[in-house]
Amino acid sequence: MTISRRDFLKVAGMTGGVLLAGGRKPAQAAETARTGQEDVEFKGMLIDTTKCIGCRACEEACNEANKLPQPAVSLSSDSVFEKIRDTGPDAFTVVNRFPNEKEPDKPVFVRRQCMHCNQPACASACLTRAMEKTREAAVVYNKDRCMGCRYCMIACPFDVPKFQYNSPTPYVRKCIFCYERQQRGEQPACSEACPTGATLFGKKRDLLEIARTRIYAEPDKYVHHIYGEHEVGGTGWLFLSGVPLEKIGLNHIIKGEKETSHGEQD
Amino acid sequence: MANRIDAAAATAEGAATFRQVARDTIRFILKELKPKGRMLTPFNVMSGTIILLGIVLIAIRFAFGLSSVTNLSQNYPWGIWIGFDVVTGVAFAGGAYVLTFVVHILKFKKYEPIVRVTVLNGFLAYVFYAGALLLDLGRPWNVVNPIIGNSFGISSVLFLVAWHFLLYMICEFLEFSPAVAEWLNWKRVRRIVEGLTTGAVIFGITLSTLHQSGLGALFLLAPSKIHPLWYSHNIPVMFFVSSIFAGLSMVIIESTFTHRIFKDRIGHDLHAAHDGILLGLGKGAVGALFAYIFIKLIDFVHYKQWERLATSMGYWYLVEVVGFVLLPTALFLQAIRKRSVKMVRFTAFLTAVGVILNRLNVSVIAFKWYEPVRYYPSWMEIEVTMAIICMELWVFRWVINRMPVFGVHPAVEVEEKTARDMEVVEWKASVL
Ligand code: SF4
Ligand code: SF4
Repeated sequence: MTISRRDFLKVAGMTGGVLLAGGRKPAQAAETARTGQEDVEFKGMLIDTTKCIGCRACEEACNEANKLPQPAVSLSSDSVFEKIRDTGPDAFTVVNRFPNEKEPDKPVFVRRQCMHCNQPACASACLTRAMEKTREAAVVYNKDRCMGCRYCMIACPFDVPKFQYNSPTPYVRKCIFCYERQQRGEQPACSEACPTGATLFGKKRDLLEIARTRIYAEPDKYVHHIYGEHEVGGTGWLFLSGVPLEKIGLNHIIKGEKETSHGEQD
Repeated sequence: MANRIDAAAATAEGAATFRQVARDTIRFILKELKPKGRMLTPFNVMSGTIILLGIVLIAIRFAFGLSSVTNLSQNYPWGIWIGFDVVTGVAFAGGAYVLTFVVHILKFKKYEPIVRVTVLNGFLAYVFYAGALLLDLGRPWNVVNPIIGNSFGISSVLFLVAWHFLLYMICEFLEFSPAVAEWLNWKRVRRIVEGLTTGAVIFGITLSTLHQSGLGALFLLAPSKIHPLWYSHNIPVMFFVSSIFAGLSMVIIESTFTHRIFKDRIGHDLHAAHDGILLGLGKGAVGALFAYIFIKLIDFVHYKQWERLATSMGYWYLVEVVGFVLLPTALFLQAIRKRSVKMVRFTAFLTAVGVILNRLNVSVIAFKWYEPVRYYPSWMEIEVTMAIICMELWVFRWVINRMPVFGVHPAVEVEEKTARDMEVVEWKASVL
């Protein structure tokens, strides 16, 4: 077979150009997500860990709204806090307890669930657009498209998506910010159930304002940092804390960034 | 009028010949499908058992889910089926694009005799190792989604990689198809596919460079989870450059074994030129290794990693880089100076181990190195991987024993080279 070098460069250049053009798409995708913000305002959730009493009403409401089995350890039992739990295919949110050095008799309770990132790594990983950022901020999961490659799990900086390893027809499972309820004009099940206002639903802009005001009003009570305002490019869910963030398991990303100082999300 | 009758007669005759040819071909293929030589050889028994067990395990996996066979967990969504079978397997298949580039574009005719076998190997590697991806997918039947276009996740690197795999397999098949046509003795078809191979070669090279680096780019999405000694914005470049020496060392290793095992299938020209070819491949590998070391070094200096070396992950990093990158480079240089083919072979082997280490490090070992409970593969994951390798070997042997892969048409029936089969096992096992 004879191929001249010119032929090679011609064809190679063409194919390369076309394929690279495909690869350049992420930037554009991010843009549209951002312009989406203008049409509909991003919703968000503000978690004030100083207000959380660890009643796990959010867990119960979440399981009910998503038709999940009831939590393994009954809601009334404190034993559930003995070890740090993670979310799972059948638990989209879990409440954990951390010791409070400032006031030892008042432990800190912290929820864990999908953060609904502004630029979700899971969605940019997904090759079938099963994970998708909606205009309203919720990162939803279209289960019929998913091929179960679990790249979203590799990519998520918070390790949120969970996989049904026990099933021959598995899905990826995670909190979807009660997207359908929001579409119906209702608020998410967990914030509705929260008796203390520790979980507060609203427009993200308003929530940031509220968070800043709280820190400003009680500077001694709060760490002066809104977790989620800037982490991984901003998340839909924001956290306030009275104790250093790394003491309540919210250091993960901060630590990761320090350790891989060259590896910030860009 | 007379013309028309002639034409009709010709068509009828044509149809008759066509039918005849089709019948002959089918009969020929059926005959060829039968194994040649003795069936009950130690190699066949061993690999056959592995394959059977593998098939049982795969059945269990599809019946009860991934957890019934693998050690995968919520913390480690990817294990060796991805890290070894797909990521490493594809790196080793890189020999095909490197050689086609060298022979067809740079016109180094010296390597022509081994192009076919390398392309065959590359093609089979993609079919089996990239195909192993299907075992790992939770919902493999949806694998068509990003292909048929009902949900294009164009922003995903994995989307690009998946497409490249598919297109590249087609390219490699086209590149190999003249051998198939020769085997079937289809002269006209051969001429047609021969024409197509030109495009396939060029397209294939471009695709390869892009998806070899694309495999590395997969991990750019998890910067906080991969140990900083391995994580770098340059992972794609490193994956690409290392696929060159990975591919070349694999070609060296494999031609060493095929030469012994399929001795009588190999033309005289190739026999005579073989040592020169291996030395040349070694030179190519050294070039790529130097480029790789250079990139690694810049990376290391740029990110100021010194203190990290004194940790246990740091020592492990040194093992990989010193023992399986720097050392092979030195040995290759030495071997080329002394023109020692034996040493080239040994070094190729060392280099290949280094590539396996590197790919496993990035995708499995240095991934979430901070977790208290780490992933390690279950025996069943390893078994299935071995079964896939054995299946590939069987197909490889079947093709080699029938098609003109080494440049000579098999005029004589040869027995399946049973006595030497153990060496194939050793070879693949050594690569493990
Ligand atoms: S927290 Fe993870 S799963 Fe949730 S939106 Fe962000 S990347 Fe996706
Ligand atoms: S597992 Fe499903 S949702 Fe996750 S990246 Fe793969 S296809 Fe997308």
